[in-house]
Amino acid sequence: MTDISNIEARVKKIIIEQLGVKEEQVTNEASFVEDLGADSLDTVELVMALEEEFELEIPDEDAEKITTVQQAIDYISSHNG
Amino acid sequence: MTTLDGEIVLVTGASRGIGQAVARELGRRGAAVIGTATTQAGAEAIDRDLRDLDIRGRGLRLDVTDPAAVDAALKAVTQEFGAPTILVNNAGITRDNLLLRMKEEEWASVLDTDLTSVYRLSKAVLRGMMKAQRGRIISITSVVGATGSAGQANYAAAKAGIIGFTKSLAREVGSRNITVNAVAPGLIDTDMTRALPEAQRLALVESIPLQRPGEPQDVANVVAFLASADADYVTGATLHVNGGMFMA
Repeated sequence: MTDISNIEARVKKIIIEQLGVKEEQVTNEASFVEDLGADSLDTVELVMALEEEFELEIPDEDAEKITTVQQAIDYISSHNG
Repeated sequence: MTTLDGEIVLVTGASRGIGQAVARELGRRGAAVIGTATTQAGAEAIDRDLRDLDIRGRGLRLDVTDPAAVDAALKAVTQEFGAPTILVNNAGITRDNLLLRMKEEEWASVLDTDLTSVYRLSKAVLRGMMKAQRGRIISITSVVGATGSAGQANYAAAKAGIIGFTKSLAREVGSRNITVNAVAPGLIDTDMTRALPEAQRLALVESIPLQRPGEPQDVANVVAFLASADADYVTGATLHVNGGMFMA
């Protein structure tokens, strides 16, 4: 069992860095595009950064479904380790 | 003259012709230059040439039609010099033939070497440039990409493809301060054009308002401009370097 809270913290840290947003904006429900102001290039970069951090490959069809902070955490949690 | 100090340049097809002139000119302006060639002998010649000119960098053997080799080359370059900040897509071949006689292989090899390599190399350097929030991608196209040329349907298609690619990528990555441009040489005095029949060459020169073929240096100067801070606000453009042979 992977440490969910640790994954959550790492995912949020990457989102803050990649999107240049404030920590308090990155709630679990936040949508990258609608709430955090990401454009399509930002979301691709974000997915690439997550792939790098967690050493996994996220296929395009999965990446399309990761649109919120919580979805990213859930995806990483279920595919990590 | 603006300096390219601190820049890391990757030039494909740098052992002779336009690529060699570009490697030398960007190096002369202060950039570290990695020049690729398809053969080991070509890579070693680039190595020697850069050393003779006191340019930091090296020659690298690379087959631009091999995706795995492109990735490996990028990794090696990044480890040794850092992520490239300027890419010059120059590698190219011709396999001229009238379409009626053109073999599938003649079509495919030109498209792969001249156009698909631009996709591969650009994609490979893009990640580093996005992180750095700056970068230059400059691709060498050709006047025939704009005018067409009998006997060169494959080459003209590849070169026109580069122009469409350039405009699209310029739109994609403009927000990251990465510019993407093309340079379209006309008749330049290189091994590639010396292979033309003399009569055809003379007829071409007659159609040039400046009444001479261009030198590789003429093209290198324009590439150096696009690579420099002087061209900060130029993106998605195709600059024609053809002595007036074709006016866009």
